[in-house]
Amino acid sequence: MHSPTLPASAGAAAPHAVTPRRVAWLAPALVAVALAFAPLVLGAYYQELVVQIMIYAIFALSLELLAGTTGLVSLGHAAFFGIGAYATALFAPQYAPGSVPLLLVLAMLAAAGYALLVGALSLRTREVYFIMVTLAFAQMAYFVFHDTAIGGGSDGMYLTMRPVFELGGALLVDLERPRHRYFLALGLLVLCYAFLALVLRSRFGHALAGIRINEQRMRAAGYQTYRYKLAAFVLAGALAGMAGFLSAAKNGVVNPELLSWHESGAVLMMIILGGLGSLRGAVIGAVAFVLLKEFYSSEALLGSAIAGRWQLTLGLTMIAFVALLPKGLIGIGRRFTFPRKPS
Amino acid sequence: MNATPLMQATGLTRRFGGLVAVDGVSIDLHRGQVHAVIGTNGAGKSTLINLLSGEIPLSSGQIRLEGRDITTLAQPRRARSGVGRSYQRTTIFPALSVLENCRLAAQAGHQRPWTLWQGAQSCRASLGAAHAALEAAGLSDALYQPAGSMSHGKKRQLEIAMCLATNPQVLLLDEPLAGMGAEESERMLAMLERLRPGHAILLVEHDMNAVFRVADVITVMVNGAVIASGNPQEVRASPEVQRAYLGEQAHA
Repeated sequence: MHSPTLPASAGAAAPHAVTPRRVAWLAPALVAVALAFAPLVLGAYYQELVVQIMIYAIFALSLELLAGTTGLVSLGHAAFFGIGAYATALFAPQYAPGSVPLLLVLAMLAAAGYALLVGALSLRTREVYFIMVTLAFAQMAYFVFHDTAIGGGSDGMYLTMRPVFELGGALLVDLERPRHRYFLALGLLVLCYAFLALVLRSRFGHALAGIRINEQRMRAAGYQTYRYKLAAFVLAGALAGMAGFLSAAKNGVVNPELLSWHESGAVLMMIILGGLGSLRGAVIGAVAFVLLKEFYSSEALLGSAIAGRWQLTLGLTMIAFVALLPKGLIGIGRRFTFPRKPS
Repeated sequence: MNATPLMQATGLTRRFGGLVAVDGVSIDLHRGQVHAVIGTNGAGKSTLINLLSGEIPLSSGQIRLEGRDITTLAQPRRARSGVGRSYQRTTIFPALSVLENCRLAAQAGHQRPWTLWQGAQSCRASLGAAHAALEAAGLSDALYQPAGSMSHGKKRQLEIAMCLATNPQVLLLDEPLAGMGAEESERMLAMLERLRPGHAILLVEHDMNAVFRVADVITVMVNGAVIASGNPQEVRASPEVQRAYLGEQAHA
Protein backbone atom coordinates (compact mmCIF):
# COMPACT_ATOMS: atom_id res chain seq x y z
CA MET A 1 0.00 0.00 0.00
CA HIS A 2 1.25 3.43 -0.81
CA SER A 3 -0.10 6.91 -0.47
CA PRO A 4 -1.78 8.36 -3.54
CA THR A 5 0.82 9.96 -5.76
CA LEU A 6 0.60 13.65 -6.30
CA PRO A 7 1.43 15.30 -9.57
CA ALA A 8 5.19 15.73 -9.80
CA SER A 9 4.89 19.47 -9.50
CA ALA A 10 2.49 19.38 -6.56
CA GLY A 11 5.17 20.26 -4.03
CA ALA A 12 6.53 23.19 -5.97
CA ALA A 13 3.27 24.52 -7.32
CA ALA A 14 1.24 23.95 -4.18
CA PRO A 15 -0.72 27.12 -3.58
CA HIS A 16 0.92 28.23 -0.38
CA ALA A 17 0.48 31.89 -1.01
CA VAL A 18 3.35 32.88 1.24
CA THR A 19 5.82 30.30 0.01
CA PRO A 20 8.30 31.32 -2.66
CA ARG A 21 8.61 28.76 -5.42
CA ARG A 22 11.66 26.56 -5.37
CA VAL A 23 13.57 28.64 -7.91
CA ALA A 24 12.37 31.90 -6.43
CA TRP A 25 15.93 32.95 -5.65
CA LEU A 26 17.16 32.56 -9.24
CA ALA A 27 15.85 35.79 -10.78
CA PRO A 28 16.94 37.98 -7.83
CA ALA A 29 20.37 36.30 -7.86
CA LEU A 30 20.80 37.01 -11.58
CA VAL A 31 19.81 40.63 -11.04
CA ALA A 32 22.32 40.92 -8.19
CA VAL A 33 25.10 39.51 -10.38
CA ALA A 34 24.17 41.87 -13.21
CA LEU A 35 24.23 44.78 -10.77
CA ALA A 36 27.66 43.70 -9.56
CA PHE A 37 29.05 44.10 -13.08
CA ALA A 38 26.97 47.14 -14.01
CA PRO A 39 29.56 49.76 -12.85
CA LEU A 40 31.82 48.56 -15.68
CA VAL A 41 29.44 50.07 -18.20
CA LEU A 42 27.59 52.72 -16.18
CA GLY A 43 28.64 56.36 -16.24
CA ALA A 44 28.96 58.31 -13.00
CA TYR A 45 25.45 59.76 -13.23
CA TYR A 46 23.72 56.46 -13.82
CA GLN A 47 25.79 54.77 -11.17
CA GLU A 48 24.50 57.30 -8.64
CA LEU A 49 20.99 56.76 -9.92
CA VAL A 50 21.29 53.01 -9.38
CA VAL A 51 22.56 53.66 -5.84
CA GLN A 52 19.52 55.86 -5.24
CA ILE A 53 17.27 53.08 -6.55
CA MET A 54 18.97 50.47 -4.35
CA ILE A 55 18.49 52.66 -1.28
CA TYR A 56 14.79 53.06 -2.07
CA ALA A 57 14.56 49.33 -2.76
CA ILE A 58 15.76 48.58 0.79
CA PHE A 59 13.33 51.19 2.12
CA ALA A 60 10.49 49.66 0.10
CA LEU A 61 11.42 46.13 1.20
CA SER A 62 11.25 47.23 4.83
CA LEU A 63 7.72 48.55 4.34
CA GLU A 64 6.76 45.45 2.38
CA LEU A 65 7.38 43.36 5.52
CA LEU A 66 4.92 45.58 7.35
CA ALA A 67 2.27 46.35 4.74
CA GLY A 68 2.52 43.49 2.27
CA THR A 69 3.27 40.63 4.66
CA THR A 70 1.70 41.62 7.96
CA GLY A 71 -1.06 43.82 6.54
CA LEU A 72 -0.08 46.89 8.56
CA VAL A 73 -0.33 49.93 6.30
CA SER A 74 1.83 52.61 7.87
CA LEU A 75 1.84 56.17 6.60
CA GLY A 76 4.77 57.14 8.77
CA HIS A 77 7.49 54.83 7.60
CA ALA A 78 9.78 57.67 6.47
CA ALA A 79 10.33 58.54 10.14
CA PHE A 80 12.55 55.49 10.53
CA PHE A 81 14.38 56.21 7.28
CA GLY A 82 14.99 59.79 8.38
CA ILE A 83 16.02 58.85 11.90
CA GLY A 84 18.53 56.37 10.46
CA ALA A 85 19.92 59.14 8.25
CA TYR A 86 20.05 61.68 11.09
CA ALA A 87 21.66 59.16 13.45
CA THR A 88 24.41 58.64 10.86
CA ALA A 89 25.05 62.38 10.63
CA LEU A 90 24.76 63.01 14.38
CA PHE A 91 26.96 60.13 15.54
CA ALA A 92 29.64 60.73 12.90
CA PRO A 93 32.72 62.44 14.37
CA GLN A 94 33.13 65.98 13.08
CA TYR A 95 36.79 66.03 12.10
CA ALA A 96 37.38 62.42 11.12
CA PRO A 97 35.48 59.91 9.03
CA GLY A 98 33.09 57.70 11.00
CA SER A 99 33.10 53.92 10.96
CA VAL A 100 30.73 52.24 8.51
CA PRO A 101 29.71 49.28 10.72
CA LEU A 102 29.39 51.41 13.84
CA LEU A 103 27.27 54.11 12.19
CA LEU A 104 25.21 51.51 10.37
CA VAL A 105 24.41 49.72 13.62
CA LEU A 106 23.69 53.00 15.42
CA ALA A 107 21.40 54.15 12.59
CA MET A 108 19.50 50.88 12.67
CA LEU A 109 19.28 50.89 16.48
CA ALA A 110 18.02 54.48 16.55
CA ALA A 111 15.36 53.68 13.96
CA ALA A 112 14.43 50.44 15.73
CA GLY A 113 14.21 52.28 19.04
CA TYR A 114 11.73 54.80 17.69
CA ALA A 115 9.87 51.99 15.93
CA LEU A 116 9.54 50.18 19.26
CA LEU A 117 7.96 53.25 20.82
CA VAL A 118 5.69 54.04 17.85
CA GLY A 119 4.77 50.40 17.32
CA ALA A 120 4.00 49.73 20.98
CA LEU A 121 1.43 52.54 20.93
CA SER A 122 0.12 52.51 17.34
CA LEU A 123 -0.43 48.73 17.22
CA ARG A 124 -3.14 49.16 19.82
CA THR A 125 -5.21 50.69 17.02
CA ARG A 126 -6.35 49.23 13.73
CA GLU A 127 -6.86 50.09 10.10
CA VAL A 128 -7.46 53.77 9.41
CA TYR A 129 -6.62 54.70 13.01
CA PHE A 130 -3.32 52.87 12.66
CA ILE A 131 -2.59 54.88 9.51
CA MET A 132 -3.36 58.13 11.32
CA VAL A 133 -1.33 57.27 14.43
CA THR A 134 1.75 56.25 12.45
CA LEU A 135 1.41 59.45 10.42
CA ALA A 136 1.14 61.50 13.60
CA PHE A 137 4.28 59.97 15.12
CA ALA A 138 6.20 60.55 11.89
CA GLN A 139 5.09 64.18 11.81
CA MET A 140 6.21 64.54 15.42
CA ALA A 141 9.68 63.29 14.51
CA TYR A 142 9.67 65.54 11.43
CA PHE A 143 8.95 68.64 13.47
CA VAL A 144 11.51 67.72 16.12
CA PHE A 145 14.21 67.87 13.44
CA HIS A 146 12.57 70.74 11.58
CA ASP A 147 12.02 73.10 14.51
CA THR A 148 14.86 72.34 16.92
CA ALA A 149 18.61 72.82 16.62
CA ILE A 150 19.41 69.11 17.14
CA GLY A 151 19.96 68.42 13.46
CA GLY A 152 20.45 71.91 12.08
CA GLY A 153 16.76 72.79 11.88
CA SER A 154 15.01 73.02 8.53
CA ASP A 155 18.33 73.24 6.66
CA GLY A 156 19.49 69.89 7.95
CA MET A 157 23.14 69.05 8.45
CA TYR A 158 26.16 67.84 6.55
CA LEU A 159 28.37 64.85 7.03
CA THR A 160 31.74 66.54 6.98
CA MET A 161 33.38 63.27 6.00
CA ARG A 162 31.75 60.14 4.68
CA PRO A 163 32.18 56.96 6.75
CA VAL A 164 34.98 54.48 6.13
CA PHE A 165 35.69 50.92 7.20
CA GLU A 166 39.23 50.14 8.29
CA LEU A 167 40.41 46.72 9.37
CA GLY A 168 43.92 46.22 10.70
CA GLY A 169 45.10 49.48 9.22
CA ALA A 170 43.78 48.67 5.74
CA LEU A 171 41.11 50.97 4.35
CA LEU A 172 38.57 48.48 3.04
CA VAL A 173 35.62 50.77 2.41
CA ASP A 174 35.79 54.49 1.75
CA LEU A 175 32.39 55.95 1.01
CA GLU A 176 33.96 59.08 -0.47
CA ARG A 177 34.51 56.87 -3.50
CA PRO A 178 31.36 56.42 -5.59
CA ARG A 179 32.14 52.81 -6.43
CA HIS A 180 32.44 51.90 -2.76
CA ARG A 181 29.08 53.50 -2.11
CA TYR A 182 27.68 51.48 -4.99
CA PHE A 183 28.94 48.16 -3.72
CA LEU A 184 27.99 48.84 -0.11
CA ALA A 185 24.44 49.66 -1.22
CA LEU A 186 24.33 46.56 -3.40
CA GLY A 187 25.69 44.37 -0.61
CA LEU A 188 23.16 45.68 1.91
CA LEU A 189 20.32 45.30 -0.60
CA VAL A 190 21.27 41.67 -1.21
CA LEU A 191 21.54 41.07 2.54
CA CYS A 192 18.21 42.74 3.19
CA TYR A 193 16.47 40.79 0.43
CA ALA A 194 17.96 37.46 1.50
CA PHE A 195 17.12 38.14 5.14
CA LEU A 196 13.50 38.98 4.32
CA ALA A 197 13.22 35.94 2.06
CA LEU A 198 14.33 33.83 5.04
CA VAL A 199 11.87 35.62 7.30
CA LEU A 200 8.97 34.98 4.93
CA ARG A 201 9.86 31.32 4.70
CA SER A 202 10.19 30.87 8.47
CA ARG A 203 7.57 30.19 11.10
CA PHE A 204 7.71 33.87 12.05
CA GLY A 205 6.92 34.94 8.47
CA HIS A 206 4.11 32.44 8.12
CA ALA A 207 2.63 33.71 11.37
CA LEU A 208 2.81 37.30 10.07
CA ALA A 209 1.00 36.26 6.90
CA GLY A 210 -1.60 34.50 9.02
CA ILE A 211 -2.11 37.70 11.00
CA ARG A 212 -2.64 39.63 7.77
CA ILE A 213 -5.22 37.16 6.49
CA ASN A 214 -7.11 36.46 9.71
CA GLU A 215 -5.82 37.83 12.99
CA GLN A 216 -8.83 36.62 14.96
CA ARG A 217 -8.09 33.03 14.00
CA MET A 218 -4.42 33.45 14.89
CA ARG A 219 -5.36 34.58 18.38
CA ALA A 220 -7.82 31.71 18.70
CA ALA A 221 -5.04 29.30 17.73
CA GLY A 222 -2.80 30.70 20.47
CA TYR A 223 -0.65 33.43 18.91
CA GLN A 224 -0.05 36.61 20.87
CA THR A 225 -0.46 38.63 17.70
CA TYR A 226 0.44 41.97 19.25
CA ARG A 227 3.98 40.75 19.93
CA TYR A 228 4.36 39.45 16.40
CA LYS A 229 3.17 42.73 14.93
CA LEU A 230 5.48 44.68 17.20
CA ALA A 231 8.43 42.50 16.18
CA ALA A 232 7.59 43.09 12.51
CA PHE A 233 7.25 46.82 13.14
CA VAL A 234 10.65 47.07 14.85
CA LEU A 235 12.32 44.94 12.19
CA ALA A 236 10.83 47.09 9.44
CA GLY A 237 11.98 50.21 11.29
CA ALA A 238 15.53 48.88 11.61
CA LEU A 239 15.72 48.07 7.89
CA ALA A 240 14.35 51.50 7.01
CA GLY A 241 17.11 52.86 9.24
CA MET A 242 19.61 50.91 7.16
CA ALA A 243 18.30 52.62 4.04
CA GLY A 244 18.53 55.95 5.89
CA PHE A 245 22.17 55.31 6.73
CA LEU A 246 22.91 54.68 3.05
CA SER A 247 21.02 57.82 2.08
CA ALA A 248 23.08 59.95 4.47
CA ALA A 249 26.32 58.33 3.32
CA LYS A 250 25.43 58.77 -0.34
CA ASN A 251 24.28 62.38 -0.22
CA GLY A 252 26.55 63.59 2.58
CA VAL A 253 23.65 65.63 3.85
CA VAL A 254 20.44 65.04 5.77
CA ASN A 255 17.38 67.26 6.12
CA PRO A 256 13.93 67.01 7.69
CA GLU A 257 12.29 66.25 4.34
CA LEU A 258 13.65 62.70 4.67
CA LEU A 259 11.06 62.17 7.41
CA SER A 260 8.21 63.97 5.68
CA TRP A 261 4.90 62.34 4.90
CA HIS A 262 5.69 62.82 1.21
CA GLU A 263 8.44 60.27 1.64
CA SER A 264 6.14 57.96 3.60
CA GLY A 265 3.63 58.26 0.78
CA ALA A 266 6.30 57.69 -1.86
CA VAL A 267 7.52 54.43 -0.34
CA LEU A 268 3.94 53.25 0.05
CA MET A 269 3.37 54.08 -3.63
CA MET A 270 6.46 52.07 -4.54
CA ILE A 271 5.22 48.86 -3.01
CA ILE A 272 1.73 49.38 -4.41
CA LEU A 273 3.16 50.17 -7.84
CA GLY A 274 5.31 47.04 -7.76
CA GLY A 275 2.63 44.82 -6.31
CA LEU A 276 1.91 44.18 -2.62
CA GLY A 277 2.73 40.80 -1.22
CA SER A 278 6.09 40.00 -2.78
CA LEU A 279 9.67 41.09 -2.20
CA ARG A 280 10.47 41.47 -5.85
CA GLY A 281 7.36 43.60 -6.26
CA ALA A 282 8.82 46.03 -3.72
CA VAL A 283 12.12 46.20 -5.60
CA ILE A 284 10.42 46.57 -8.98
CA GLY A 285 8.23 49.30 -7.53
CA ALA A 286 11.28 51.20 -6.24
CA VAL A 287 12.94 50.96 -9.65
CA ALA A 288 9.82 52.12 -11.46
CA PHE A 289 9.12 54.93 -9.02
CA VAL A 290 12.62 56.41 -9.12
CA LEU A 291 12.84 56.13 -12.90
CA LEU A 292 9.40 57.68 -13.41
CA LYS A 293 10.27 60.51 -11.07
CA GLU A 294 13.60 60.99 -12.85
CA PHE A 295 11.84 61.05 -16.21
CA TYR A 296 9.04 63.43 -15.24
CA SER A 297 11.38 65.87 -13.52
CA SER A 298 13.88 65.94 -16.38
CA GLU A 299 13.97 69.41 -17.93
CA ALA A 300 16.14 68.15 -20.77
CA LEU A 301 13.47 65.68 -21.85
CA LEU A 302 10.22 67.46 -21.06
CA GLY A 303 11.05 71.15 -20.76
CA SER A 304 10.86 73.19 -17.57
CA ALA A 305 7.10 73.78 -17.72
CA ILE A 306 6.26 70.09 -17.47
CA ALA A 307 9.31 68.99 -15.51
CA GLY A 308 8.50 71.54 -12.82
CA ARG A 309 5.17 69.83 -12.30
CA TRP A 310 6.50 66.31 -11.96
CA GLN A 311 4.31 65.60 -8.94
CA LEU A 312 1.25 66.07 -11.13
CA THR A 313 2.47 63.89 -13.98
CA LEU A 314 3.81 61.25 -11.61
CA GLY A 315 0.54 61.27 -9.70
CA LEU A 316 -1.51 60.82 -12.86
CA THR A 317 0.75 57.98 -13.90
CA MET A 318 0.28 56.34 -10.51
CA ILE A 319 -3.49 56.58 -10.88
CA ALA A 320 -3.26 55.01 -14.33
CA PHE A 321 -1.08 52.19 -13.03
CA VAL A 322 -3.37 51.41 -10.11
CA ALA A 323 -6.44 51.51 -12.38
CA LEU A 324 -4.93 49.34 -15.09
CA LEU A 325 -2.69 47.08 -13.00
CA PRO A 326 -4.45 46.46 -9.70
CA LYS A 327 -1.89 43.75 -8.85
CA GLY A 328 1.03 46.03 -9.59
CA LEU A 329 3.82 45.69 -12.11
CA ILE A 330 4.55 42.19 -10.86
CA GLY A 331 1.07 41.26 -12.03
CA ILE A 332 2.04 41.87 -15.66
CA GLY A 333 4.27 38.80 -15.80
CA ARG A 334 1.61 36.68 -14.14
CA ARG A 335 -0.98 37.88 -16.60
CA PHE A 336 1.08 36.41 -19.42
CA THR A 337 2.05 33.18 -17.70
CA PHE A 338 -1.51 32.16 -16.83
CA PRO A 339 -4.02 31.67 -19.63
CA ARG A 340 -6.96 34.04 -19.40
CA LYS A 341 -10.37 32.65 -18.83
CA PRO A 342 -12.36 32.41 -22.07
CA SER A 343 -14.97 35.15 -22.09
CA MET B 1 -18.26 10.40 34.95
CA ASN B 2 -15.24 12.29 36.23
CA ALA B 3 -15.77 14.00 39.54
CA THR B 4 -13.99 17.25 38.71
CA PRO B 5 -14.91 18.93 35.47
CA LEU B 6 -12.18 19.70 32.93
CA MET B 7 -13.59 23.17 32.49
CA GLN B 8 -15.75 24.79 35.10
CA ALA B 9 -17.42 28.15 34.65
CA THR B 10 -19.33 29.77 37.51
CA GLY B 11 -21.56 32.81 37.41
CA LEU B 12 -20.42 34.05 34.01
CA THR B 13 -21.90 37.45 33.28
CA ARG B 14 -21.28 39.75 30.37
CA ARG B 15 -22.93 43.11 29.93
CA PHE B 16 -22.84 45.19 26.77
CA GLY B 17 -23.89 48.59 28.08
CA GLY B 18 -27.37 48.04 29.48
CA LEU B 19 -27.83 44.66 27.83
CA VAL B 20 -26.98 41.56 29.84
CA ALA B 21 -25.97 39.14 27.09
CA VAL B 22 -24.92 36.38 29.45
CA ASP B 23 -26.45 36.41 32.91
CA GLY B 24 -24.89 34.34 35.68
CA VAL B 25 -24.31 31.21 33.63
CA SER B 26 -22.56 28.27 35.29
CA ILE B 27 -21.50 25.35 33.19
CA ASP B 28 -19.31 22.27 33.71
CA LEU B 29 -17.56 20.48 30.87
CA HIS B 30 -16.33 16.94 31.46
CA ARG B 31 -13.98 14.92 29.34
CA GLY B 32 -15.91 12.31 27.41
CA GLN B 33 -19.08 14.38 27.30
CA VAL B 34 -20.81 16.44 24.68
CA HIS B 35 -22.49 19.32 26.44
CA ALA B 36 -24.94 21.04 24.12
CA VAL B 37 -26.13 24.59 24.65
CA ILE B 38 -29.36 25.44 22.90
CA GLY B 39 -31.54 28.49 22.85
CA THR B 40 -33.18 30.91 20.50
CA ASN B 41 -31.23 33.47 18.51
CA GLY B 42 -29.84 36.10 20.85
CA ALA B 43 -29.96 33.81 23.85
CA GLY B 44 -26.24 34.44 24.43
CA LYS B 45 -24.82 31.13 23.22
CA SER B 46 -22.10 32.61 21.02
CA THR B 47 -21.25 35.15 23.69
CA LEU B 48 -20.86 32.27 26.12
CA ILE B 49 -18.32 30.67 23.78
CA ASN B 50 -16.56 34.02 23.40
CA LEU B 51 -16.31 34.26 27.18
CA LEU B 52 -15.07 30.71 27.67
CA SER B 53 -12.46 31.06 24.93
CA GLY B 54 -11.32 34.46 26.20
CA GLU B 55 -12.25 36.31 23.05
CA ILE B 56 -14.06 38.92 25.14
CA PRO B 57 -13.55 39.63 28.86
CA LEU B 58 -16.06 38.76 31.54
CA SER B 59 -18.06 41.34 33.46
CA SER B 60 -18.03 38.90 36.38
CA GLY B 61 -17.67 35.21 37.05
CA GLN B 62 -14.88 32.68 37.13
CA ILE B 63 -13.49 30.07 34.75
CA ARG B 64 -11.33 27.14 35.81
CA LEU B 65 -9.45 24.70 33.62
CA GLU B 66 -8.39 21.52 35.40
CA GLY B 67 -8.90 23.41 38.64
CA ARG B 68 -6.64 26.27 37.60
CA ASP B 69 -8.16 29.75 37.50
CA ILE B 70 -7.89 31.01 33.91
CA THR B 71 -10.40 33.84 34.23
CA THR B 72 -7.89 36.58 33.46
CA LEU B 73 -5.87 34.64 30.89
CA ALA B 74 -5.98 36.30 27.45
CA GLN B 75 -7.29 34.27 24.55
CA PRO B 76 -3.95 33.19 23.02
CA ARG B 77 -2.67 31.85 26.35
CA ARG B 78 -5.98 30.19 27.07
CA ALA B 79 -5.82 28.53 23.65
CA ARG B 80 -2.35 27.23 24.40
CA SER B 81 -3.54 25.80 27.71
CA GLY B 82 -5.96 23.60 25.80
CA VAL B 83 -9.10 25.55 24.99
CA GLY B 84 -9.91 25.28 21.29
CA ARG B 85 -12.81 26.90 19.52
CA SER B 86 -14.49 27.00 16.15
CA TYR B 87 -16.50 29.89 14.78
CA GLN B 88 -20.06 30.13 13.61
CA ARG B 89 -18.93 32.15 10.62
CA THR B 90 -16.13 30.20 9.00
CA THR B 91 -12.82 31.85 9.81
CA ILE B 92 -10.12 30.09 7.84
CA PHE B 93 -7.18 31.42 5.80
CA PRO B 94 -8.80 31.33 2.34
CA ALA B 95 -5.61 32.11 0.40
CA LEU B 96 -3.59 29.30 1.97
CA SER B 97 -3.72 25.60 1.23
CA VAL B 98 -5.77 23.29 3.42
CA LEU B 99 -2.59 21.80 4.88
CA GLU B 100 -1.06 25.19 5.61
CA ASN B 101 -4.29 26.31 7.30
CA CYS B 102 -3.92 23.49 9.79
CA ARG B 103 -0.13 23.67 9.98
CA LEU B 104 -0.28 27.35 10.88
CA ALA B 105 -2.84 26.63 13.57
CA ALA B 106 -0.65 23.79 14.89
CA GLN B 107 2.42 26.03 14.80
CA ALA B 108 0.85 28.03 17.64
CA GLY B 109 1.99 25.24 19.92
CA HIS B 110 5.55 25.28 18.51
CA GLN B 111 6.08 28.95 17.80
CA ARG B 112 9.81 29.63 18.23
CA PRO B 113 9.60 32.66 15.91
CA TRP B 114 13.35 33.27 16.09
CA THR B 115 14.17 30.15 14.07
CA LEU B 116 14.49 32.20 10.91
CA TRP B 117 16.85 29.75 9.22
CA GLN B 118 14.25 27.01 9.27
CA GLY B 119 11.41 26.93 6.76
CA ALA B 120 7.98 26.88 8.36
CA GLN B 121 6.92 24.05 6.14
CA SER B 122 9.70 21.82 7.40
CA CYS B 123 8.53 22.22 11.00
CA ARG B 124 7.87 18.55 11.78
CA ALA B 125 5.92 19.12 14.96
CA SER B 126 3.34 21.37 13.36
CA LEU B 127 3.16 19.28 10.17
CA GLY B 128 2.52 16.15 12.22
CA ALA B 129 -0.27 17.80 14.19
CA ALA B 130 -1.76 19.24 11.00
CA HIS B 131 -1.84 15.88 9.23
CA ALA B 132 -3.37 14.22 12.26
CA ALA B 133 -6.08 16.88 12.51
CA LEU B 134 -6.86 16.68 8.79
CA GLU B 135 -7.05 12.90 9.04
CA ALA B 136 -9.48 13.18 11.94
CA ALA B 137 -11.61 15.67 10.01
CA GLY B 138 -11.54 13.58 6.83
CA LEU B 139 -9.75 16.16 4.73
CA SER B 140 -6.56 14.28 3.92
CA ASP B 141 -7.43 14.12 0.23
CA ALA B 142 -7.45 17.89 -0.29
CA LEU B 143 -4.14 18.92 1.29
CA TYR B 144 -2.92 21.30 -1.40
CA GLN B 145 -6.24 22.82 -2.40
CA PRO B 146 -6.64 26.51 -1.57
CA ALA B 147 -8.95 26.56 1.44
CA GLY B 148 -11.07 29.34 -0.04
CA SER B 149 -12.02 27.21 -3.05
CA MET B 150 -13.61 24.38 -1.04
CA SER B 151 -17.31 23.75 -0.59
CA HIS B 152 -19.08 25.22 2.43
CA GLY B 153 -19.27 21.84 4.11
CA LYS B 154 -15.55 21.18 3.65
CA LYS B 155 -14.76 24.62 5.01
CA ARG B 156 -16.74 23.77 8.12
CA GLN B 157 -14.73 20.56 8.46
CA LEU B 158 -11.53 22.54 8.04
CA GLU B 159 -12.73 24.95 10.71
CA ILE B 160 -12.89 22.01 13.14
CA ALA B 161 -9.61 20.56 11.87
CA MET B 162 -7.83 23.86 12.58
CA CYS B 163 -9.22 23.76 16.08
CA LEU B 164 -8.02 20.15 16.52
CA ALA B 165 -4.58 21.00 15.14
CA THR B 166 -3.85 23.03 18.27
CA ASN B 167 -4.35 19.83 20.27
CA PRO B 168 -7.03 21.16 22.63
CA GLN B 169 -8.63 19.35 25.53
CA VAL B 170 -11.76 21.48 25.47
CA LEU B 171 -13.62 22.01 22.20
CA LEU B 172 -15.99 24.95 21.99
CA LEU B 173 -17.92 24.43 18.77
CA ASP B 174 -20.18 27.21 17.55
CA GLU B 175 -22.82 25.74 15.22
CA PRO B 176 -20.59 23.30 13.37
CA LEU B 177 -23.57 22.03 11.37
CA ALA B 178 -24.76 25.42 10.14
CA GLY B 179 -25.56 25.33 6.45
CA MET B 180 -24.53 21.72 6.02
CA GLY B 181 -26.31 19.13 3.92
CA ALA B 182 -27.64 15.90 5.43
CA GLU B 183 -24.65 13.82 4.41
CA GLU B 184 -22.13 16.41 5.60
CA SER B 185 -23.98 16.69 8.91
CA GLU B 186 -23.77 12.93 9.36
CA ARG B 187 -20.04 13.04 8.79
CA MET B 188 -19.62 15.88 11.28
CA LEU B 189 -21.69 14.06 13.92
CA ALA B 190 -19.64 10.91 13.40
CA MET B 191 -16.53 13.01 13.96
CA LEU B 192 -17.97 14.40 17.18
CA GLU B 193 -18.58 10.83 18.35
CA ARG B 194 -14.94 10.00 17.65
CA LEU B 195 -13.70 13.10 19.45
CA ARG B 196 -15.91 12.64 22.48
CA PRO B 197 -13.75 10.19 24.46
CA GLY B 198 -10.66 12.41 24.50
CA HIS B 199 -12.25 15.82 24.81
CA ALA B 200 -14.70 17.93 26.73
CA ILE B 201 -17.00 19.30 24.06
CA LEU B 202 -19.33 22.26 24.26
CA LEU B 203 -21.67 22.24 21.30
CA VAL B 204 -23.82 25.21 20.34
CA GLU B 205 -26.22 24.01 17.69
CA HIS B 206 -29.61 24.80 16.21
CA ASP B 207 -30.23 21.37 14.71
CA MET B 208 -32.36 19.78 17.47
CA ASN B 209 -32.26 16.27 16.02
CA ALA B 210 -28.48 16.37 16.06
CA VAL B 211 -28.35 17.84 19.55
CA PHE B 212 -30.66 15.22 21.07
CA ARG B 213 -28.72 12.51 19.30
CA VAL B 214 -25.17 13.34 20.42
CA ALA B 215 -25.53 15.37 23.60
CA ASP B 216 -24.89 13.86 27.02
CA VAL B 217 -25.97 17.05 28.76
CA ILE B 218 -28.12 19.87 27.41
CA THR B 219 -28.28 23.38 28.77
CA VAL B 220 -31.06 25.66 27.61
CA MET B 221 -30.53 29.41 27.55
CA VAL B 222 -33.11 32.15 27.22
CA ASN B 223 -32.21 35.84 27.27
CA GLY B 224 -28.71 35.14 28.51
CA ALA B 225 -29.74 32.95 31.44
CA VAL B 226 -29.92 29.18 31.91
CA ILE B 227 -33.51 27.98 32.32
CA ALA B 228 -32.81 24.25 32.34
CA SER B 229 -29.90 21.85 32.33
CA GLY B 230 -29.78 18.07 32.42
CA ASN B 231 -29.74 14.97 30.30
CA PRO B 232 -31.78 15.01 27.07
CA GLN B 233 -34.79 13.26 28.63
CA GLU B 234 -34.97 15.72 31.49
CA VAL B 235 -34.66 18.68 29.20
CA ARG B 236 -37.25 17.34 26.80
CA ALA B 237 -39.66 16.83 29.67
CA SER B 238 -39.11 20.24 31.25
CA PRO B 239 -42.27 22.33 30.88
CA GLU B 240 -40.27 25.55 30.95
CA VAL B 241 -38.17 24.42 28.02
CA GLN B 242 -41.22 23.35 26.06
CA ARG B 243 -42.81 26.69 26.65
CA ALA B 244 -39.74 28.78 25.94
CA TYR B 245 -38.09 26.97 23.13
CA LEU B 246 -39.19 23.60 21.90
CA GLY B 247 -42.79 24.75 21.67
CA GLU B 248 -41.80 27.52 19.32
CA GLN B 249 -39.84 25.06 17.29
CA ALA B 250 -42.81 22.75 17.00
CA HIS B 251 -45.05 25.50 15.69
CA ALA B 252 -42.45 26.84 13.29
